[in-house]
Amino acid sequence: MVATHVVESKAPMLEQTNDLAEAETTNVEPAEKSTKITSEDVCVYYGEKQALFGIDLEIPENSVTSLIGPSGCGKSTYLRCINRMNDVIDICRVTGTIKIDGKDIYDPSLDVVELRARIGMVFQKPNPFPKSIYDNIAYGPRIHGLTSNKAELDELVENSLIKAGLWNEVKDRLSGPGTGLSGGQQQRLCIARAIATKPEVILMDEPCSALDPIATATIEELIDELRSNYTIVIVTHSMQQAARVSQRTAFFHLGKIIEEGETTQIFTNPQNEKTQDYITGRFG
Amino acid sequence: MSEVLSLYVTGFLTYILPPVIVVSIVFFIGKWKAQGLAKQTSTAANAAGLHSRPPYHGAFLALVSFLPAVLVFLTWSIAEGPVIKGMVNNTLPASVTKLDQGKQDLITSVIGTIENGLNKLDQKELDLLKSASKGDQAAVPVEPETVRKLFESKNIILADNPEPYLLAAALKSRDLVQFSTYGKYIAFVLISIAAFLFAYSSIKLRLRARNGVETIIRWFLILASVIAIVTTFGIVFSVLFETINFFQIIPPSNFFFGTVWDPRFGWGATGGDGNFGQYGFLPLLWGTLYISIVALLVAVPIGLFSAIYMSEYAGPKLRSIAKPALEILAGIPTIVYGFFALVTVGPFFRDAGAVVGLEINASSVLTAGFVMGIMIIPFISSLSDDIINAVPQSLREGSLGLGSTKSETVTKVVLPAALPGLVGAVMLAASRAIGETMIVVLAAGIAAKLHMNPFDALTTITVKIVNQLTGDHEFGSPETLVAFALGLSLFVITLMLNVYALYIVRKYREQYD
Ligand SMILES: Nc1ncnc2c1ncn2[C@@H]1O[C@H](COP(=O)(O)OP(=O)(O)OP(=O)(O)O)[C@@H](O)[C@H]1O
Ligand SMILES: [Mg+2]
Repeated sequence: MVATHVVESKAPMLEQTNDLAEAETTNVEPAEKSTKITSEDVCVYYGEKQALFGIDLEIPENSVTSLIGPSGCGKSTYLRCINRMNDVIDICRVTGTIKIDGKDIYDPSLDVVELRARIGMVFQKPNPFPKSIYDNIAYGPRIHGLTSNKAELDELVENSLIKAGLWNEVKDRLSGPGTGLSGGQQQRLCIARAIATKPEVILMDEPCSALDPIATATIEELIDELRSNYTIVIVTHSMQQAARVSQRTAFFHLGKIIEEGETTQIFTNPQNEKTQDYITGRFG
Repeated sequence: MSEVLSLYVTGFLTYILPPVIVVSIVFFIGKWKAQGLAKQTSTAANAAGLHSRPPYHGAFLALVSFLPAVLVFLTWSIAEGPVIKGMVNNTLPASVTKLDQGKQDLITSVIGTIENGLNKLDQKELDLLKSASKGDQAAVPVEPETVRKLFESKNIILADNPEPYLLAAALKSRDLVQFSTYGKYIAFVLISIAAFLFAYSSIKLRLRARNGVETIIRWFLILASVIAIVTTFGIVFSVLFETINFFQIIPPSNFFFGTVWDPRFGWGATGGDGNFGQYGFLPLLWGTLYISIVALLVAVPIGLFSAIYMSEYAGPKLRSIAKPALEILAGIPTIVYGFFALVTVGPFFRDAGAVVGLEINASSVLTAGFVMGIMIIPFISSLSDDIINAVPQSLREGSLGLGSTKSETVTKVVLPAALPGLVGAVMLAASRAIGETMIVVLAAGIAAKLHMNPFDALTTITVKIVNQLTGDHEFGSPETLVAFALGLSLFVITLMLNVYALYIVRKYREQYD
């Protein structure tokens, strides 16, 4: 039963990745991309409890890296280390080094606020501000003074909403409350909000978990488009999605990275038995 | 010390322990019977066993046995006083019953005193008085003079020589009380036994003892709530009633729209010039609002900012120390704030004003408002703290994640999200300030005026209520009754504020739940 399912679902999935690989080559990008984010021996503790054990990972620039793994394995925790969002949790402690563009982000002299402005994040649970839809998107640009007049801001808001595939649904109610949207719309609102600040890195924690297939396709298109200018890290529970959108994949299990490499390689020829089991749906 | 202790011990041994023992015994009787029934049937493959578990049968038996008796006993105890009084009054001669209410009350209290004295006499003396009052010719007639002497020797002082009918009434009352007391206890025992036998015989396998116990518990809880609600309404209605009395003397329009507060003696129907003075409510309302506004100007910024610091900036360690420390302020009795205002703050402001050439009264709007503000700081800060903490963490993370600073996050996301709740908190604090009494009594002054000068004295509704009730006025006079009108107005104002505040707070809560 399981086996047949795997065979069925794997075939189109592989086609897809091959397509992507072809697309990549046609884009004429340098084969070896430079590393954007380097993690060395990252351990995270929530109070006494250790959630991540010595994570080493290199995330290349202008590409999509997906983090997969069973629930509770530490994907979100790792993602939140990259923009130091774990700082806001009192009991959370991070050791090891994470470097972005070669600079240690846990260096005391580093300005966290500036760091977070460069690294956008879409959270696992949609968290629109209790403000209007327009103000939700305009929040970041206003804080960072990205636009100089109202018309520019309007355009930025519109573009962000179009990219997130939400514009048609909300263009008549931009002054309506962001909290009044459906769960999936809220999720896309948060994506639009994150890209409106034009970050270098975008961290996405299960951005499509509340979306229908069409909205998911829109977001995946967006991710693919953003890839040429941004570094994207995405957490997902959908193997198909990881295969479709990402160039590299890291498989987390119980707070450790079990296997990491080219997405095509991870999905076609996993080196580790656990990875094999997980992507074929035998556990997780 | 040890005497007091032994009093408690004997009290416990006689009044608490025996009932507990008896009730426990009854409980176990019920439980055992149910267990016995269960055992008999478990052998006889009976699918439908005991409906309720044995302890429920025990509780059922205990409740059904004693509850009716307790109810009868309590009702009897409440009713016996008035009933006996009525019966005794019937024996009084017509000359007494024709007297007005005040004098009759006096006679009733004399009868009470004599009755108390009777309990101190020994049997012989008692018999003597009894025979005398029955008009028994054979007995030696007892002079009222002798009776008074007799009482005096027992430390019961009577103002006059008691008339024979008073003695007779007291004796009758004493007999009735004794009779009633015996009757009460006998009824208790008989009803308990009857109820016990009934309940015991009704313990069967299928008896729904659990449902019965649940029903009784529910009624018990309902009773408690009803008592709480009824007393509240009772208070409101009695205030309302007196207010109506007041408005029959002073027209409501003079009260609500009058700008001068100047109550005077005016004897109305019983003499005088019939001029009661003026009862203008507006100066008091103005004083109340003015002082409350000053208090809020002090308390809202400080309370709110400390709440923001506590919930957004302070580390867990600091918070665990500072929060309780701030809340200690809330535990200080308001009278302490009152004399703090009177003794320290008032003179300080006066002297400070003198230095810069300002004339500041020792009792002023400023003093009262300032101290009242300090009083409500913990109220505002702890409510705001809760409300700010209720803003979901995910919103903060969303804002921080976009690269905003902590203070941007607080002012642009957290506070707007918490705003309705904060408004509610401020209004709850305002209603406290408006109803506050002790501080203003001591620090605001008693001048009912309409002025804007914060350095001068003003007065409030609560201060005037205290003034009017502590003065030496006749109860039915408008001077006293106005206190009820003031109280009711105050009640309505704070009630409206509270209802609106709670409405806002609740509406805000729903946003995130
Ligand atoms: N705030 C926290 N306090 C304490 N423990 C936490 C906290 N957040 C996460 N953890 C623990 O850390 C571990 C990793 O959690 P994390 O949220 O990173 O998992 P995840 O891989 O994102 O799972 P999911 O796929 O379900 O989102 C879990 O065991 C979790 O219980
Ligand atoms: Mg997660």
